Amino acid sequence: MMYRPPSRRVPHSRMNNEITNPLALIAELTHRCPLHCVYCSNPLELQSRANELDTQAWLRVFQQAAELGVLQADFTGGEPLARTDIPDLVRAARTAGLYVNLITSGLPLDEPKLDALLVAGLDHLQLSFQGAREEIAAEISGTKSHAQKLRVLEWLKSRRVAVTLNFVIHRRNLDQLAEMLAIAESSSATRVEFAHVQYYGWAFANRELLLPTAEQLAASIDFFRRAQERLRGKIRVEYVVPDYHAKYPKPCMGGWGRKLMLITPSGEALPCHAAKIIPGLKFENVKDRSLREIWEISEAFQKFRGEAWMQEPCKTCDRRALDFGGCRCQALLLAGDPAATDPVCTLAPTREKVDALLAAIPKAPEPKALTTPAWLYRPNPAT
Amino acid sequence: MQPDPNSHPHLAPGCRLGENNQQCVLLMPERALRLNGPSLEIVRRCDGKHSVQQIIAELQQIYSKAEPERVETDILGYLSLLQEQRALDFA
Repeated sequence: MMYRPPSRRVPHSRMNNEITNPLALIAELTHRCPLHCVYCSNPLELQSRANELDTQAWLRVFQQAAELGVLQADFTGGEPLARTDIPDLVRAARTAGLYVNLITSGLPLDEPKLDALLVAGLDHLQLSFQGAREEIAAEISGTKSHAQKLRVLEWLKSRRVAVTLNFVIHRRNLDQLAEMLAIAESSSATRVEFAHVQYYGWAFANRELLLPTAEQLAASIDFFRRAQERLRGKIRVEYVVPDYHAKYPKPCMGGWGRKLMLITPSGEALPCHAAKIIPGLKFENVKDRSLREIWEISEAFQKFRGEAWMQEPCKTCDRRALDFGGCRCQALLLAGDPAATDPVCTLAPTREKVDALLAAIPKAPEPKALTTPAWLYRPNPAT
Repeated sequence: MQPDPNSHPHLAPGCRLGENNQQCVLLMPERALRLNGPSLEIVRRCDGKHSVQQIIAELQQIYSKAEPERVETDILGYLSLLQEQRALDFA
């Protein structure tokens, strides 16, 4: 037999203009949530329960996604456990051939519910944290939630499922990194994610209170490097830096319409979480069209796919195959044009807007505030 | 980090074989690895029954035309990569 060294990754087309199949389906099952996080990635306009897709519609979506070549389904929300049919959805996605991730606050969980999910075939549970302590978690989520998360971690220790802890970090909790990591180390997690807030939706509205200082950011990167080194082979430590502080933009969603498809609670198919803020884009609904049709020919998925839409400096930039021009929603939010170069890029003509935001950050984190900051909390959708 | 030749690797929770476009893949949290000939032969043997040493011996037999040292180095490198990805536990 011919010998070739073992392969190390899933090859995905490097050609920007070629249609590849999506690898992940983000299933936003509901916008209902017991938490009210000030940086929630849901849109400002939340979908009501009455508009949610029914069980049968989701079953069809999972089947079509698997046929399209999708490998992983991310169940998210809102709080996906707010849906009572969640074990049926897990079972259906798994039966269709998908790897099933559940991204949850853990609030609605108890041991029987957890076991029902595992029996249904859940592969990976991702538990989100708002901090390392009860007070900050309550301030950020507008709910008492921290103690329940620690209980969930105890239940997970005796059960066979992959566990990731996800800490969303920002100026108000960056001084708790060591405590956060200690929570991960005392759990059964094999992966911990430290994600700096990304500034869209609710986070965009609250960004002046959330943006980290340059000193905090530098210290955090140093902390993550040391943690990765120390925990190598035990826990995968991953971090997402806030892109306002970066030199080049992130390859948002791995490129528009290249790897990911998001389905909203009401069945609209989006190329990313925030795409609905882009004016003039028409989104198809899974109730009317197949996933394949939407992926291959819908206007929304084609709009910023490939390179034809690019302006200078992206159009002729060597980095365009690496970052795809950055994030379209950020270009809209900060430069007022979704086809502009992501203003985070130091080559962008609009970078000064990002620099101005960074310059406005207080030099040191506020001393213990006397009053709670004026957060804009994410409410619950109408019924 | 080199795996102990006498240890028995097995897939960690949440890691399993799957299929995509008629190709075998190793599915794990937030990631998937496409498995070609040798990598599939290695991962198939990460069942808690084969020791690292046995996996090396069996692959050297399957790929008898390749240099045995090369096969051994590749396997050890691949197993430690999978461990860093937290796709493997060693018993």
